Amino acid sequence: MLTAAVSRVLSGVTQKPASRVLVASCKYSNNATFEIKKCDLYRLEEGPPVTTVLTREDGLKYYKMMQTIRRMELKADQLYKQKFIRGFCHLCDGQEACCVGLEAGINPTDHVITSYRAHGLCYTRGLTVRSILSELTGRRGGCAKGKGGSMHMYAKNFYGGNGIVGAQGPLGAGIALACKYKGNNEVCLTLYGDGAANQGQISEAYNMAALWNLPCIFICENNRYGMGTSVERAAASTDYYKRGNFIPGLRVDGMDILCVREATKFAADYCRSGKGPMLMELLTYRYHGHSMSDPGISYRTREEIQSVRSKSDPIMLLKDKMVNNKLASVEELKEIDAEVRKEIDDAAQFAMTDPEPPLEELGHHIYSSNPPFDIRGANQWIKFQSIS
Amino acid sequence: KDRVFNTPLCEQGIVGFGIGIAVTGATAIAEIQFADYIFPAFDQIVNEAAKYRYRSGDLFNCGSLTIRSPWGCVGHGALYHSQSPEAFFAHCPGIKVVVPRSPFQAKGLLLSCIEDKNPCIFFEPKILYRAAVEQVPIEPYNIPLSQAEVIREGSDVTLVAWGTQVHVIREVAAMAQEKLGVSCEVIDLRTILPWDVDTVCKSVIKTGRLLVSHEAPLTGGFASEISSTVQEECFLNLEAPISRVCGYDTPFPHIFEPFYIPDKWKCYDALRKMINY
Repeated sequence: MLTAAVSRVLSGVTQKPASRVLVASCKYSNNATFEIKKCDLYRLEEGPPVTTVLTREDGLKYYKMMQTIRRMELKADQLYKQKFIRGFCHLCDGQEACCVGLEAGINPTDHVITSYRAHGLCYTRGLTVRSILSELTGRRGGCAKGKGGSMHMYAKNFYGGNGIVGAQGPLGAGIALACKYKGNNEVCLTLYGDGAANQGQISEAYNMAALWNLPCIFICENNRYGMGTSVERAAASTDYYKRGNFIPGLRVDGMDILCVREATKFAADYCRSGKGPMLMELLTYRYHGHSMSDPGISYRTREEIQSVRSKSDPIMLLKDKMVNNKLASVEELKEIDAEVRKEIDDAAQFAMTDPEPPLEELGHHIYSSNPPFDIRGANQWIKFQSIS
Repeated sequence: KDRVFNTPLCEQGIVGFGIGIAVTGATAIAEIQFADYIFPAFDQIVNEAAKYRYRSGDLFNCGSLTIRSPWGCVGHGALYHSQSPEAFFAHCPGIKVVVPRSPFQAKGLLLSCIEDKNPCIFFEPKILYRAAVEQVPIEPYNIPLSQAEVIREGSDVTLVAWGTQVHVIREVAAMAQEKLGVSCEVIDLRTILPWDVDTVCKSVIKTGRLLVSHEAPLTGGFASEISSTVQEECFLNLEAPISRVCGYDTPFPHIFEPFYIPDKWKCYDALRKMINY
């Protein structure tokens, strides 16, 4: 299922009938070179390149992925308001360039761990929209069998999805240690937010990663607000890329997918060569509030949100780049939009109608135990079995 | 504006900060956003706050520290917005743990905690923030700590709970009276540590049966402490084994929450079985 999902995304371009492809390739160029913003550097002599080549194939792939994530988050918003999704739901629309750009800069065998604003990364790491949406609605088709919900989704080489702020820092450093120990040339991306950057355990993770030269890329997704507190009110130093102190850092424009991709490749190469950890700060923005119970306008103005949407929306930026450089036409991108919309609608339909996990599973997977044992609980006469 | 301020996101730092302020004598009220997040601060509370007076031979203390935290299940909280960690803290001598059941109780108990010369943890049932409505006097008033309250007198069974669960067992008591003709004595424990042993034991001596209920998991939950002490003190008065209706021994589930919590039916069922023992 995983490989099918990945190949479906990758082959999205080649599914057109042959005749149309011939006509299409005459009108478009195969690739174009773009200039990207230079990243601020900390403790580094040189940074990622300032020009990069985007092929048509990659461009369409990124566009489709970003649009899917955007639509999926908006659909989740809708389902939440219709009360199909309950609990907590943290949406990442506006931050699509971060997830897709990061994935573009690493290999599928590399590892990723992040916080609760994870739906985008779940998708880029290979989960289908269907399994994500049905996990949100708590059904058995969900990626965690309906038992995890929004904040606890996992996939191969993707360790979640963590509810406790900052807790994923030391975990990411640990995964990096395993990579180094096994000698498999893999890196671990450890993401956290601007709020979590003030947690003690993140500093502990920095120290251990630097001390033992772990291939860990710490990535601070700075969307300017930690829940409702702006970064100026929460941090003594808002230069999050410098907060690693003895760890070299990069500040990256998180709304430009090419910038994120190049910076990630640069950081991954640095770590793979054994020079130790690196810190990346992605300057990005979220359109929704912190979670679905936050309207998102009590601590920032509507004008601010509107201005980011009109000037630096990541999907719009990629679209403009591609159309202006003849990598794709507006109609073609509109077709992709329609495809994506259909996929999301199908997935939402599934998520609303799939049955919930059976009650017997209440006690499953607590331990890894051989003989199933009875769970003690609410009263002595109803027991559940713990099976793993 | 300088008396109430936001902190950065670091629970261990927040509580440590509060302890430091309290040690100099100033009053500090620290807030932890959800009780589920209190665990990074667990070391500070248990190893620093609780032991300060003891280890300094009464030279220093952080008695003017109060920690407030929303607590308990809320219908959609899932794993990390619904926990009830009072049992972890009950195991720590040196601090006081308090849980109110209503707005009137909350104000009195919170003011008592703030004035109390010991570090206190005040857990506020978050589901009651919007659900509970009551007339609360404007002037300050205190409700004494370590005193349980008998909110309904009875003669056949004693029911003990705290926080949200008090409302559940009150309903169970009404059901029992109506359907079984059983008269229940309902006790709100209010202070978990140090808890009011006398009130509970006096009640059990009168009725002979005890049911304790809480949302936290059964094993090691505070009901086990109450159960153990009561059987020590009132062994010969007991007519039936002490019943504990608590959450299952699993992490607090997301989709299974209605099945996990000890609702009124489970309590009623346990009560019935106790009556017919």
